[in-house]
Amino acid sequence: MAQRTIEIVVGLFMVAGLAALLVLALQVSGLSPKAAESTYTLYANFNDTGGLTPRGKISMAGVTVGTIESISLDKETFQARVKMSIQSEVDNIPADSSAVIRTSGLLGEQYIDISIGGDMESLQEGDTFYSTQSAMNLERLISNFASGK
Amino acid sequence: MLDRIASLGRLGLDIVASLGRSGRFLGGVLAGVPRPVSGFPLLVKQIYAVGVLSLAIVVVSGLFIGMVLGLQGYTILSDYGSESAIGQMIALTLVRELGPVVTALLFAGRAGSALTAEIGLMKATEQLSSMEMMGVDPLRRVIAPRLWAGFIAMPILAVIFSVVGIWGGMLVGVEWLGVFEGSFWGNMQSSVDFLDDVMNGVIKSVVFGFVCAWIAVFQGYDCVPTSAGISSATTKTVVYSSLAVLGLDFVLTAVMFGDF
Repeated sequence: MAQRTIEIVVGLFMVAGLAALLVLALQVSGLSPKAAESTYTLYANFNDTGGLTPRGKISMAGVTVGTIESISLDKETFQARVKMSIQSEVDNIPADSSAVIRTSGLLGEQYIDISIGGDMESLQEGDTFYSTQSAMNLERLISNFASGK
Repeated sequence: MLDRIASLGRLGLDIVASLGRSGRFLGGVLAGVPRPVSGFPLLVKQIYAVGVLSLAIVVVSGLFIGMVLGLQGYTILSDYGSESAIGQMIALTLVRELGPVVTALLFAGRAGSALTAEIGLMKATEQLSSMEMMGVDPLRRVIAPRLWAGFIAMPILAVIFSVVGIWGGMLVGVEWLGVFEGSFWGNMQSSVDFLDDVMNGVIKSVVFGFVCAWIAVFQGYDCVPTSAGISSATTKTVVYSSLAVLGLDFVLTAVMFGDF
């Protein structure tokens, strides 16, 4: 085969490889080409985070509005302190909203749902949620039920 | 008795000597990087032989492996009522493990054996030594383009394998078994991470490509220049490459995904 034909075929092969990598990036891993959105940080303290993990999602009314940045233990209160980054365009979360840990489906991953309050003031950068609701612990639920509480 | 011990010792020395030869050989080849301009046509020709011609077997195997993953995954997951997780299962298995590993095994069988036989025959017909006599370095002229071609082609093949496999899994899962397409892709996208999963798979395939190509060209270059020697070198290429790929896969997986 002529050298030129071989070069063209190899070029196509490499283009196919790049295209496949692009498919893996965009379609399979859901990497979005837009630059990192601007976000602001909120905190919430939970008694029990259950199986919550960093990079988990934060949603309002089922729409994803942010991600979990990190989870650490507050040594003063022995509560878990969750750092969340919320998209800047969602800047009017009422100050008395509460953060609730929910599970998607029966066995799905856990995420934080923000249930909206009615306050006129909204949460600002670095604020902490006033009220939170921890993960539903099936074992505790059953033992409470068994002991008749 | 002493003869037995002596033969054991000879075996050990042979292994060590061959490891040393392959190391020196690799050093010589890597020093002889194909020259950008004059070496380029050689490299392109080898990428064609090693990569493009392996495309058919890689695409067909990827398609069928993805389809089997879809069927098996559906059977297991539907017991738990979570067949929508099938997308994430197919994508993670392919991108992390099966893509690099199966492609490397196919690559060793399809391209590695051909490289060994070709170089071995060149050695047996004394083409390599006549090149040396003409003042052409066979490492640079014959071996280096083949090694680099394997190195370049293998990650491309592995990525194509993963994409075709995921498409095959989608064919079975979504088109045939009726999993909802939105949750198929949505679950996949929320669980596959580009750097942690896709790029680690690509790194694996780069390592495998390097090892397979190295073993193939070394076995060819180091073979006994007879027809029996070439046949045993070709067998060794496939066996050693497969073992090296599977062993290295465990090590790389432990480093990348194991929690230490």
